[in-house]
Amino acid sequence: MPIEARHLFRFYDRHCAVRDLDLHLSRGEVLGLLGPNGAGKSTTLQMLSGTLAPHAGQIRIDGIDLLESPQEARRRLGFLPERPPLYRDLTVDESLDYAARLRRIPAREVAAAVGQSKARCGLGSVGRRLIGNLSHGYRQRVGIAQAIVHAPAVVILDEPTNGLDPIQIHEMRQLIRDLAREHSVILSTHILPEVEAVCDRVQILVHGRSVFDSPLSELAQAEASAYRLRFAHPPQHAQLSAVEGVTVAEAVSSGRIRVRLEAETGVEALVRRSVELGWGLRELVPEGESLEGVFTRLVYADRGAAP
Amino acid sequence: MIVTIARTELRRMFASVLAWSILALVVLVLGLLFSVYVETFLTVIQPRLAAQPGAPGVTDSVVAPLILMAGVLMLVVSPLLTMRSLSEERQTGTFVLLRSSPVSATQIVLGKYLGLLGFLAVLMAILALFPAALALGTALDWGKAGAGMLGLFLLIGSFLAAGLYVSSLTAVPTLAALGSF
Repeated sequence: MPIEARHLFRFYDRHCAVRDLDLHLSRGEVLGLLGPNGAGKSTTLQMLSGTLAPHAGQIRIDGIDLLESPQEARRRLGFLPERPPLYRDLTVDESLDYAARLRRIPAREVAAAVGQSKARCGLGSVGRRLIGNLSHGYRQRVGIAQAIVHAPAVVILDEPTNGLDPIQIHEMRQLIRDLAREHSVILSTHILPEVEAVCDRVQILVHGRSVFDSPLSELAQAEASAYRLRFAHPPQHAQLSAVEGVTVAEAVSSGRIRVRLEAETGVEALVRRSVELGWGLRELVPEGESLEGVFTRLVYADRGAAP
Repeated sequence: MIVTIARTELRRMFASVLAWSILALVVLVLGLLFSVYVETFLTVIQPRLAAQPGAPGVTDSVVAPLILMAGVLMLVVSPLLTMRSLSEERQTGTFVLLRSSPVSATQIVLGKYLGLLGFLAVLMAILALFPAALALGTALDWGKAGAGMLGLFLLIGSFLAAGLYVSSLTAVPTLAALGSF
């Protein structure tokens, strides 16, 4: 297994940033680490990448203990921290060359490795430019190129789309999906759609603890039991509840009504009734237990307050 | 691995304005002093020495004080060089690249130090031009001049080592420069 971490603890003074965290990553999997700011995502990734020592616990990278033989384990991972570790006064080529040599790629293969990682990250045309003169999006890509230049088993990305514009975000997600074909990827983010777009599995951290861990495919199956409706002539809630298959009807913001259905056939009954009685159905949006729902529920549950 | 780090360190030093400015400053100050020493030697010292047999020659009265001044000057300048090496990396976050790579702390420190010594070697090569210029016009005591240069190299080497150590203690380069001074 590319990453296997057990019972991780990390304290800052007396504050416990990560508490008894278990984490694992399977081959070819993209794991999204989700959590509000200050939940311990970055701390966790720093520990997994060997740049921060955990106060307790065990980490294995590809079966090698990171704390016992750090050098062997680090060869197998590539890390992009929140701030890409780039020397502004080097060119892209120089900096990738340096990263490749630091990761002990034999001198003869360095040029090939650099070329390949540049091609994968779309950096072909900027090789001779100074990193200090590149735009933020390109720097982020150089950061990733640096992390994958030695073809590590595990790629760890800390908020890889932070500060990018929508088009760059789209490209970055494409790149991450590409990476997953050859590497196992673990990334942290606080953007929910990002997890839905690129991850196979999501783990939610709140106050340094793992509170949720599930493949996204299972999450999708649990969905679509609730729908959000908007009518031109809204009916009484009692009228809605009377429709066959509708269990609960409740008002949500700005004239929208949320209904829960026992089965998907309830949708047909609902639409038929709307036409018969002239409610003027304008919107019908499946809602269900979305990732956002799970996330908000867990974060607020931990704070002990309702939203 | 040590050589890789040293080479990049050196390359980055010469990619920055700082290294070139330091070289320029050192050569300018020492050049001025050098011409003053040579002038004094020609007008004041030489006529007096001419009569005495076995009196101190040009090596003693020009090269030796020049090397002394170079040492004093580097006391001020070397913190500027070393402040970059570790504390700047920590401030800009680039240190993570080294920490997440399969290199040990010893390799990082030795690599950084070797890089600094490389810069020092360039500086010494330029300084060696001063006595070499004298050798065009007169006979030099090469043993004495060489020993002086070696001593200077070791002295600055120790400045750099101390500066590197202080640089490892703080993430603020300016503080590192002050501390090592």
